[in-house]
Amino acid sequence: MSRYTQMFDRLRREGAGAFVPFTVVGDPDIDSSYRIIRCLAKAGADALELGLPFSDPVADGPTIQAADLRALGSGVRADDVWRTIAAVRAEWPTLPIGLLVYANLVEVATAAVFYQRAATAGVDSVLIADVPTVECELYARAAADAGILPVLIAAASSSDEHLRTIATTSKGYVYVVTRAGVTGAETEARLEETSRLLQRLAALQAAEPLLGFGISRPEHVRAALRAGAAGVIAGSAVVQQIADHLDRPQQMLDAVSRFVSELKQATKSS
Amino acid sequence: MRQDGRFGSFGGTFVPQILLPALEELEASFLEACDDEAFRSELDTLLDDFAGRPTPIYRCRRLCGDSGVAIYLKREDLLHGGAHKTNQVLGQGLLARRIGKERLIAETGAGQHGVATALVGALLGMRTDIYMGAVDVERQQPNVFRMRLLGANVIPVKSGSATLKDAINEALRDWAATFENTHYLLGTVCGPHPFPLMVRELQRVIGREARAQMLEREGRLPDAVIACVGGGSNALGIFADFVDDEEVDLIGVEAAGTGLASGKHGATLQRGRVGVLHGARTLILADDEGQIVESHSVAAGLDYPGVGPEHAQLQAQGRASYVGATDQQALDAFHRLSREEGIIPALESAHAVAHAIELAEAGRVPAGSMLLVNLSGRGDKDLEQVARLSAARNLDASDEQGS
Repeated sequence: MSRYTQMFDRLRREGAGAFVPFTVVGDPDIDSSYRIIRCLAKAGADALELGLPFSDPVADGPTIQAADLRALGSGVRADDVWRTIAAVRAEWPTLPIGLLVYANLVEVATAAVFYQRAATAGVDSVLIADVPTVECELYARAAADAGILPVLIAAASSSDEHLRTIATTSKGYVYVVTRAGVTGAETEARLEETSRLLQRLAALQAAEPLLGFGISRPEHVRAALRAGAAGVIAGSAVVQQIADHLDRPQQMLDAVSRFVSELKQATKSS
Repeated sequence: MRQDGRFGSFGGTFVPQILLPALEELEASFLEACDDEAFRSELDTLLDDFAGRPTPIYRCRRLCGDSGVAIYLKREDLLHGGAHKTNQVLGQGLLARRIGKERLIAETGAGQHGVATALVGALLGMRTDIYMGAVDVERQQPNVFRMRLLGANVIPVKSGSATLKDAINEALRDWAATFENTHYLLGTVCGPHPFPLMVRELQRVIGREARAQMLEREGRLPDAVIACVGGGSNALGIFADFVDDEEVDLIGVEAAGTGLASGKHGATLQRGRVGVLHGARTLILADDEGQIVESHSVAAGLDYPGVGPEHAQLQAQGRASYVGATDQQALDAFHRLSREEGIIPALESAHAVAHAIELAEAGRVPAGSMLLVNLSGRGDKDLEQVARLSAARNLDASDEQGS
């Protein structure tokens, strides 16, 4: 049974949703990043989503792009990233760890080598931000060979055909995206749109849906769970805490910790 | 998608899932438009009346005259807008309108594609936003002004290296959020399917005309077709109709910058590795860890760390060969074409001219050979830069004399 399955079973018993923070490994430098990731786990993260820094992250907004460039600018190398992930895995044997990467990082050697390296570091799943359903087959096969779960993204605009591929291919969870930065009146419309997407995925017996993009406040978490998500992924909001406290390492950890606790709290039914 | 967008093992559709519907819609509309007489006829009329097609071929009278090698120039520099870019923005603009989009976005490096997109935005009455690296905005002020004059909004991109690749990143991000009303008018044969296919088809007119013009003028095909390659749209445009003519050499000239060994170049096909960038598997400039590295060229239009996937495939098949011209060779060719023929070429096109000169004057092709060079653009945009670079050169020379 995968670590994700165990996590979702436990959360079901607790009547809670999953809170999954995202950070770029190596942001702002490798040692600080290790402390930040430990802080995420200690503050109540149900799973971790970790980004491998890439020079041209087209699927990410300015906040996460800046984090990638901070990491690379500090001289972080792939070996540092894998070592850090392995250390986190050693300390938290049951915590699901997902990777978010770009295809060029997977193909720098071969996909088989990449997935093997990820498996050795203790990674559970890999989402390739620029590999959509029409390109996913070879990667999914290479992942399976290494015992890694391939994760795909589902959007409200995805056609039935693509959702079927997502339902059969995405393992561990499905990353569901909603539009970022919506407010007020739009929120209800977005909630309805998201509910419909989640229903379509459920009808196809897809893996549990985690909602990402634009999750930064407790009310976003509650709304996502109300719409039917099994949990949420918060990326930019976590990274923003890092960016806001670059010169004050202790305050950075405090802020990250506070943020995670607050959003984790919102996943518990009142 | 109806097609997989592959050129051998290159190409494909490497984009965030959220963009797939936009590409599927674009592919479907493009394939339908190809078979639509009304679409073709509107495009052809605009190409003739608005852009000034057909462009002539011109046989150089003095350049390499002693070598006995005939150098023909396909005069895309005479096209409205000053470069071959206008051909394909008209096609994509009409396609965008056909799909019902209200807004155009585009990336630009030196500003040529931005200006071309702004032209078509004005022509079709569509709101136009151009992403341009902040560094490029600074060094290409005349083109920034041209775009604004044409009613486009220029958005400086400050992230990353603040140049062309970052402008593409930003345009892709914009499109992911806005594709319901926005068309991303990509400027070259790069990017996800269907862009490499579509842009090649819209540029194919260059080679179709040139092939017929050569046959009419000389009664035979050229021995080689030579074009500069950045992303590679002018090269594929002139190559496409010659690919089946096996006796015709196809030669792409990349930016060798300060020399291939220096590491400061844009020679993706000669020095790149297989990877995925901006939507396609192709050859790219990247380090051992997969991080994209910055390219260099005196010609902004060749200063890009990727290349169209079809070029990667033409090279793998051995159908086309790819060589380099350095900054210096391009500058020399720029001056020679200006002084010996009265034609001021774009610095990009000067790379292709430089290689033709080398073939002719180094005796690498026999006397009586005919070389067809795609003169993809004119040099007005480069005057300030060339003045600066050439002044430095003269200064160096006088220093040497004085010492």
